[in-house]
Amino acid sequence: MKAYILRRCLLLVPILFGITLIVFSFMHIIPGDPIDIMLGETAQAVSKDHFRKLLHQDKPIPLQYILFLKDVFTGNLKSIPSEENVWAKISERFPATAELAIWAMVFAIVISIPLGMLAAVKHKTYLDGISMLISLLGISIPHFWLGPLLIILFAYTLPIFPISERSGFLSIVLPAITLGTAMMALLSRLTRTSTLEIIREDYIRTARAKGLSETTILFKHVLKNTLVPVITIAGIQMGALLSGSIITETVFDWPGIGSLLVEAIQSRNYPLVQGCVILIATLYVVINLLTDILYAWADPRIRLQ
Amino acid sequence: MTKIGLILVTLFILAGLFAPFLITHDPKSTDISHRFSPPSHTHWLGQDKLGGDIYSKIIYGARISLTVAIVSTLLSFFIGLLLGSLAGYYGGWWDECLMRLVDILLAFPGLLLIFALAAFLSPSLLNVIMLFSIVGWTGFARVTRAQVLSEKEKEFVQAVRSLGANHSRILIRHIWPNILSPLIVQASFVMGGIIIGESSLSFLGVGVPPDIPSWGNMLSLAKQSSFQPGFIAIFPGIAIMLTVLGFNFIGDGLRDLWDPKLKK
Repeated sequence: MKAYILRRCLLLVPILFGITLIVFSFMHIIPGDPIDIMLGETAQAVSKDHFRKLLHQDKPIPLQYILFLKDVFTGNLKSIPSEENVWAKISERFPATAELAIWAMVFAIVISIPLGMLAAVKHKTYLDGISMLISLLGISIPHFWLGPLLIILFAYTLPIFPISERSGFLSIVLPAITLGTAMMALLSRLTRTSTLEIIREDYIRTARAKGLSETTILFKHVLKNTLVPVITIAGIQMGALLSGSIITETVFDWPGIGSLLVEAIQSRNYPLVQGCVILIATLYVVINLLTDILYAWADPRIRLQ
Repeated sequence: MTKIGLILVTLFILAGLFAPFLITHDPKSTDISHRFSPPSHTHWLGQDKLGGDIYSKIIYGARISLTVAIVSTLLSFFIGLLLGSLAGYYGGWWDECLMRLVDILLAFPGLLLIFALAAFLSPSLLNVIMLFSIVGWTGFARVTRAQVLSEKEKEFVQAVRSLGANHSRILIRHIWPNILSPLIVQASFVMGGIIIGESSLSFLGVGVPPDIPSWGNMLSLAKQSSFQPGFIAIFPGIAIMLTVLGFNFIGDGLRDLWDPKLKK
């Protein structure tokens, strides 16, 4: 197990460097001078020079990358033109995103596991059909439409929830449902497939032959084994929640990383964009790694591959 | 389900193709004095914040969304097929380099990379297509590589090799026909994904330029008035969802057709 964890962690290093390299190259795909675009053509030559120095744009490209890495790791990345520290800005907004992602995940898991198991137990009945239709709709419905739909229904027509802003528990309900629906849909399909496989296993037949009730079989024997693949995918999807939060936070004006990224793009604050992208991608990779390790711990066959 | 999918997708493709004959108003025209007018017999689905005709914009938007989805998917498909085949067939350092590049590109969750790249480029239809292709080929390359790896060890490949067939003939004539089905299934899901992706980019203001009526731009405009009145946001969303559902139905249907094991 230790060797497996070590190997996986080592593989992380080139990926993290790859991420920073791609994010660094963003600045060089801009058609034209990035400083001109950030500050506007009319900015004074003195301040242009100042920011060119700050972003190391006056150095050769390989050196620029090294200095960029240094800024990223020492937390010295600076916003343009306010010169605010990028990491400070991000850590101020991060709790809101974490809160949203966690509640979205809770929503997805609480709905999807019973729904998927119900569909499997009632395989090929109308209940199965309905729950699979719900999951197919959930996969096809984009965040930027589900959000407005929920706002129109539950904030305007039936004023139950606040429209936007982060204020108390009620305000997180609609954003969390919006963000969690795609994951809910995916997980319920997965729970259904996985349950369908498990209820055909020999040990379930044995349990039945022993005279156990269907509920005991379902909750004591099927559920546990269903959870293994479901938790893995839930972990991987946690990363997808981070990128989904960009849209969801924009729809609900939720003050997290996602809306920070959109604001940074609109104000052409490129270092802040780079910081947000590095953070989200790194979190995604690390969460995937933790999920893999957890999975390998739960299922020893994985480690040997 | 597959039939419903085919019908939906065909309808939207026809709408896109014959958009100039189907629209009732110029999709780019504005009429501020009648903004937010509800659906009526002249404006079937109402008018948006600028007084634009929502029905005409949706029909015209089908053209934009489907063009992006189809062109980007085709490009990704061929780039992925080619690079993935070379990696799976020849192996070695090329395989190693390519797969590490794929790992790095896939290390960015979902739309993040496309979204960030789009932010640094100027918004244009061509850029949007290019971005989805640059990022989209990775999935196809992975599937192709895995398929080629397993196919190339099979006896029929050894047989044609012993008959003297060269590498390109083995790949193109013998391996590719056997690996196409999972790739086509993937392509139909990717199309759905790109429809959502393109609208997301436009919704966030970094996709198709705002003066081109696309589904994402319509929702972005609706956001400016906090999605009020409801119909300005509901109709474009229905169009997006039906198209995506259509592609997903087709993908599901094809997968069941080609992989009977899943049917039981």
